[in-house]
Amino acid sequence: MGEVIVVTSGKGGVGKTTTTANLGTGLAQLGYKVALVDADIGLRNLDVVLGLENRIVYDITDVTGGHCRLRQALIKDKRYEGLFLLPAAQTKDKTAVSPDQMKVLCGDLSQEFDYVIIDCPAGIEQGFRNAIAGADKAIVVTTPEVSAVRDADRIIGLLEAAELREPKLIINRVRQKMVAAGDMMNIDDIIDILAIDLLGVVPEDEMVIITTNRGEAVIQDDRSRSGMAFRNIVRRITGEQVPLLNLEEGGLFSKIRRFIGLK
Amino acid sequence: MLDFITRIFNRDSGASKNIAKERLRLVLVHDRASVSPQLLQTLKEDLIKVISNYMVIDEDALEVNLENSENQVALIANIPIKSMKRHADVI
Ligand SMILES: Nc1ncnc2c1ncn2[C@@H]1O[C@H](COP(=O)(O)OP(=O)(O)OP(=O)(O)O)[C@@H](O)[C@H]1O
Ligand SMILES: [Mg+2]
Repeated sequence: MGEVIVVTSGKGGVGKTTTTANLGTGLAQLGYKVALVDADIGLRNLDVVLGLENRIVYDITDVTGGHCRLRQALIKDKRYEGLFLLPAAQTKDKTAVSPDQMKVLCGDLSQEFDYVIIDCPAGIEQGFRNAIAGADKAIVVTTPEVSAVRDADRIIGLLEAAELREPKLIINRVRQKMVAAGDMMNIDDIIDILAIDLLGVVPEDEMVIITTNRGEAVIQDDRSRSGMAFRNIVRRITGEQVPLLNLEEGGLFSKIRRFIGLK
Repeated sequence: MLDFITRIFNRDSGASKNIAKERLRLVLVHDRASVSPQLLQTLKEDLIKVISNYMVIDEDALEVNLENSENQVALIANIPIKSMKRHADVI
């Protein structure tokens, strides 16, 4: 039985789809069988991020509606043997799938795959409820901004109410220079406020945009900081203990500050 | 001198992240305080259980509410006592 993990955030545009694509690619690189489910019905995105947009025949609503078999709707990745995508429907809305159907779907997928990762839509409405219905675990993505952290807090409350205990946090788009200058909340600030476990920190990185332009995941790029951050997160998901990247701990200034005893 | 260094290396006091953090803290106190009636009910029952160890209270008249003000949220309980117990059952 595989693990079903939902990637969620509340606020839109903080990096759920990017995270889903990278974690899926990273786990497949390690040899796991991974199914990525795009639960953002009506705003299909994961296919283009993965560069698989030209291969879609069936989508998630065809599966839940019984128009095709699950196997037929799963799209095999170009590069990684064990990586598959179940695309969202583009022309339907969020009510086209029900939470009960999602539970069945996730149950079926977890029979075949080591990891099933669900890309959740923004918001707290039906799309969110669908996306979390079949999940065993949750990853909450946020950025170091007031609105994103506030929404993350709301989502954490809703996840716990739905019995998805102990969600893990990814802080995305951290700008180390701003953190060092005291103009961006740091990891401690955010963990303090949200009081949940940190799964990892991903820096703001142009390479995310460049690789996404090509339909690739930044985790495939060995040299990028963000790729490194995602690789660490992947290893933590598989149960490895991996220390935080340096950038996650603060830059030169905070080191000097600590050194001269100014905290 | 130290003050000068502090200002260079620790712009914190004026730094925008502290403003962000403080605003976030406040807004979350309010967000989290909009608790469900269900939670308030269980809280009430727990309160009754604990307080009954020490005094006899009027359970029907018991009121528990969250009150919002500008910069804090308070849990206000009004618990009419019928009588005190001679000894606390539990210490
Ligand atoms: N670490 C990063 N550095 C730079 N750009 C990033 C980073 N993470 C995400 N982005 C960019 O931010 C944008 C939003 O990311 P993404 O689509 O993953 O967010 P989302 O949470 O899935 O959005 P939505 O709520 O609309 O589904 C994209 O253009 C993506 O390339
Ligand atoms: Mg998305």
